[in-house]
Amino acid sequence: MVEGALSHEDPRPTKLRVDGLSAFYGPKKAISNVSLDFPERTVTAIIGPSGCGKSTLIRCLNRMHEVLPGTRIEGRVLLDGEDIYDGDPVSVRRRIGMVFQKPNPFPTMSVYDNVAAGLKLNGIRDRARVDAAVIRSLKQAALWDEVKDAIDGPGTRLSGGQQQRLCIARALAIEPEVLLMDEPCSALDPIATAKIEDLIFDLRKTYTLVIVTHNMQQAARVAEFTAFMYLGELVEFDRTQTLFEQPKQKLTENYITGRFG
Amino acid sequence: MSVGPSAAGPDPPDAPPSEPANPFRLIFRHRVRILDFLFRNSTLFFAVGILAILGTFVLVLVEGSKEPILRYGLNFVAGSTWSPNQAIFGALPFIFGTVMTSALALVFAVPLSLGIAIFLSELAPKWIAEPLGYIVELLAAVPSVVFGLWGLAVLVPFMRDTVDPPLRSVNAAASHAIHYPIPLFAGSVIGQDVFTASVILAIMIIPTISAISREALRAVPAAQREAALSLGATSWEATRISVLNYARVGIVGAIILGLGRAVGETMAVTMTIGNSDSIPNSLFGQGQTIASLIANEFFNDTPGSLYVSAIIEAALVLLIITLVINIGARLLVWRLVKGAGGPVE
Ligand SMILES: Nc1ncnc2c1ncn2[C@@H]1O[C@H](COP(=O)(O)OP(=O)(O)OP(=O)(O)O)[C@@H](O)[C@H]1O
Ligand SMILES: [Mg+2]
Repeated sequence: MVEGALSHEDPRPTKLRVDGLSAFYGPKKAISNVSLDFPERTVTAIIGPSGCGKSTLIRCLNRMHEVLPGTRIEGRVLLDGEDIYDGDPVSVRRRIGMVFQKPNPFPTMSVYDNVAAGLKLNGIRDRARVDAAVIRSLKQAALWDEVKDAIDGPGTRLSGGQQQRLCIARALAIEPEVLLMDEPCSALDPIATAKIEDLIFDLRKTYTLVIVTHNMQQAARVAEFTAFMYLGELVEFDRTQTLFEQPKQKLTENYITGRFG
Repeated sequence: MSVGPSAAGPDPPDAPPSEPANPFRLIFRHRVRILDFLFRNSTLFFAVGILAILGTFVLVLVEGSKEPILRYGLNFVAGSTWSPNQAIFGALPFIFGTVMTSALALVFAVPLSLGIAIFLSELAPKWIAEPLGYIVELLAAVPSVVFGLWGLAVLVPFMRDTVDPPLRSVNAAASHAIHYPIPLFAGSVIGQDVFTASVILAIMIIPTISAISREALRAVPAAQREAALSLGATSWEATRISVLNYARVGIVGAIILGLGRAVGETMAVTMTIGNSDSIPNSLFGQGQTIASLIANEFFNDTPGSLYVSAIIEAALVLLIITLVINIGARLLVWRLVKGAGGPVE
């Protein structure tokens, strides 16, 4: 039932390729033999019912899955053709950034220091360079106008939506090639959600984005490609419009039309 | 008004609250209100009671030490001679002994305790962390006289024979090299000295500091660590920038509790510090803390005598030192929390 590679021509090269990936929590298999390609500089949405393995899948894409004790994977994840599981997870995570479901700014740090945290970890201490990167990232995350006067204030004084954009800015500051987002809007109101969706749409010009969402309208709005997962398996992967309008699998059709279970 | 499930009395526990006909419920509600009232006011009573007790501490100590306070004034805390026979009471040696042994104990204990706490909460696999955590908590509850006996039987000879002599040689060589005596590890080595007392204090406060720091570290949400890791932090960097930072208020609290224990510790110090009423001229010198002074000398004279009053004044000084430390800690925590938002959620 796996519909991995794209059937039609696409000019963009594959940035990230998932090849026969299975992931385990202890003995429990959470995703099973998933293969799909994320084209460069596109937004790909991952949809599916709760517990189907969306978070597990994207946590495998920057080796966050292995942070939990007792977990392991099988299969390969190729970034520009090289298996990210061959080397050191730290360098992988510098190239593949992540934004989490719940905003998680560093509470003891100012807005500025939050955004600069990744740069400092990368050994960039030159004040002018850090300043420039912080401002660029905050602007990219559409937060600059709201925080430019309170940049030395604590990041936790921001609203939930602002905190999430702060986390996006923090991830963008180290200029990753791929940005993974696990339900980045699930804790936000519609206005903050709209802002982040606009942002995702813009970021696609520079980054390869993967976004997990529960919200099919959101997938339709921001993503060029969509993957539908069910019970740990990839059911269908296609252009978003095709997947929503002419799904090839009965399961997909049932899910997107809300006739499920 | 919500009631706990165990307190449901004759009512079915999940009866809808809108059943005024049930007389039990009415009585019960009424009772809850009385209990609530009692609870609120009794807690207030106890809170005020604690303040009152603190007040009587100060009163009793000031009352008991009126004579030396009036007679010696500030010389009591500035004078370094303590000679009861000549009626000279300068408590500086004990203040020095208290502050020095406690500070040295912190220097030894804080890094070790944080290391233990980080190991237990971040690094160790569960099957090591759990039993080890219990043991650390157990050690925190061992009575100090037990530490003192262990100190006499094990630590004193160990320091005297194994630790001190090499330190002494190194110190001597260094002094020789710079043509200037370094007064750290010099003099004769008998094992019962301020150094050994500091080490035993450190050993006593390590369980306290590590157990409480471990709780603070464990309370850090996994998302904090993952945030750092996802930026390309190594495991240690993630601990440092996210976990330790997030838990810093709790860690400061743990250190302050440990310091409090060190400052007031009596038995173990009395048994290992060598008990001398003068300022030691090296870490191998004998000394006295305020607490060990009280334990050693309080019953040397009759109550009401100038000697005993002077000892009571020393206790007052100890109380003031403790209060100053606690107020300082409050200010520090307050600054940390205010400085950058404090923990979320
Ligand atoms: N830490 C864990 N330990 C054990 N099993 C887990 C763990 N996390 C997730 N799982 C299991 O793995 C499966 C996939 O979970 P995952 O979190 O990836 O789902 P999801 O698609 O992201 O769901 P949701 O939409 O609710 O976030 C589920 O069956 C879940 O029970
Ligand atoms: Mg999820």
